[in-house]
Amino acid sequence: MEQFFQQTINGISLGSIYALIALGYTMVYGIIKLINFAHSDVYMLGAYFGYVCMTSFKLGFLPSLLISMVLCTLIGVMIEKIAYKPLRNATRIAVLITAIGVSLFLEYVTMAIAGANVRSYPPQTGILDQSFNIGSINITMQQIIIVSITIILMVLLQFIVKKTRIGKAMRAVSLDSDAAELMGINVNTTISFTFAIGSALAGAAGIMVGIYYNSINPLMGMLPGLKAFVAAVFGGIGIIPGAMIGGYFIGIVEVLVSGYSNSMYRDGVVFAILILVLIIKPAGLLGKNTREKV
Amino acid sequence: MLEIKNINVHFGVIHALKGISFTVNEGEIVTLIGANGAGKTTTLRTISGLKKLTSGNILFEGKDITHASAQERVKLGISQSPEGRRVFSSMTVLENLELGAFLRKDKKKISDDLKMVYEHFPILADRRKQAAGTLSGGEQQMLAIGRALMSRPRLLLLDEPSMGLAPLLVQEIFNIIKNINKTGTTILLVEQNASMALQVADRAYVMETGSIVLSGTGEELMQSEDIKKAYLGG
Repeated sequence: MEQFFQQTINGISLGSIYALIALGYTMVYGIIKLINFAHSDVYMLGAYFGYVCMTSFKLGFLPSLLISMVLCTLIGVMIEKIAYKPLRNATRIAVLITAIGVSLFLEYVTMAIAGANVRSYPPQTGILDQSFNIGSINITMQQIIIVSITIILMVLLQFIVKKTRIGKAMRAVSLDSDAAELMGINVNTTISFTFAIGSALAGAAGIMVGIYYNSINPLMGMLPGLKAFVAAVFGGIGIIPGAMIGGYFIGIVEVLVSGYSNSMYRDGVVFAILILVLIIKPAGLLGKNTREKV
Repeated sequence: MLEIKNINVHFGVIHALKGISFTVNEGEIVTLIGANGAGKTTTLRTISGLKKLTSGNILFEGKDITHASAQERVKLGISQSPEGRRVFSSMTVLENLELGAFLRKDKKKISDDLKMVYEHFPILADRRKQAAGTLSGGEQQMLAIGRALMSRPRLLLLDEPSMGLAPLLVQEIFNIIKNINKTGTTILLVEQNASMALQVADRAYVMETGSIVLSGTGEELMQSEDIKKAYLGG
């Protein structure tokens, strides 16, 4: 039982990371129906930006987090402007292939600049290095910080989407972009803003993974990116609370599988879940089955 | 108020609007009637800036808006209730109406206009917290018109407001359209229900495969033999 609780706590930490990445996938899908494969590389860049802040500039965790989020925001908006916006009226497959191209571009440019080697985040000191025990369950400060920051960001996101003008514009564009334009909503600005928010969340996830697992590399986005995508599909792609639930679910399942059976199975189980979701409830946990309009 | 001068619109190789021209004067209800595929909806979409034209000019209150963005046109006072209602289904009635006032900042006047919309459509006030997708077809149509009114348009474009509605409801919607016009909003109405449209309209244009083939006052066209045969079922 203790092992179960311990693994669940580890799973919640990992799930936070997946949830943050999944939100970016799901929001972008919601608004332009694109699976943005470059999103996982924005997460990777977030980890690198954090690394540079902490090693070269000797900044603390929080300033590094903020800088990393800001830089990822800029990268995300740039990707949209340069790669996707010219294809606004192209077929969906053309944009999808472009997204894969952008993903490879970011991975290999990072490799060219930073090298292909694994880099280690500096050892955390002070509060980030502490941990405490409840019974025999060990909780690290890093885990608490990851989960708290994730929850703060999610609450902030919900507030933006539900209460602000731009959030209402985002929902309107994702429901019907023509009708939104008739309201006087600037669809392009709204799409840029969606990329900005999604990328900021990915940046936060990147640096938090850096302090949690210590090692980063230019291809680190691939697998977590795919799993976050599974999380988004599990919850219902395009649905924000779905991505949150999906992220935590995938994170906990993955950690429990590694804890109770062979850790070699953990990736397989995640993708088996994807297949099951697609067979049983293709629209995802919170999704409604809608017919494709012709 | 609105002058359409010789506009051409293409969808790829399809020539959808073939140099059409017409005018809408302040205070009028003008209707475009014609069969499916005649180009009525395309005309409205071009006026509201959703569809780019190939050549020609659009003037609104003397100002050339041919290349203005959709937002600029909303700001200038053109607002559209689109074909098929297109309400934001998972948002509430109130949120839909608020989105109609997206570009406006004057909170006081927005709440006045909300009251005005509720006066035209009392059912929307009862349903204001309900998701728009759960409304009946007629209620959604009322919401689409109400939403378009929330930008305080000087020119209201209505695309097929009678589509899919029971005859009694159609009558009700057309009465409301007349009332909206009486309060000073100019209306350009696209309809397949030609007899209803001609009854309320001051003037009408008949479209056929991308061109305007006939025009006149509502009454004149109702008496015309060609129109009777083609559109009024007799």
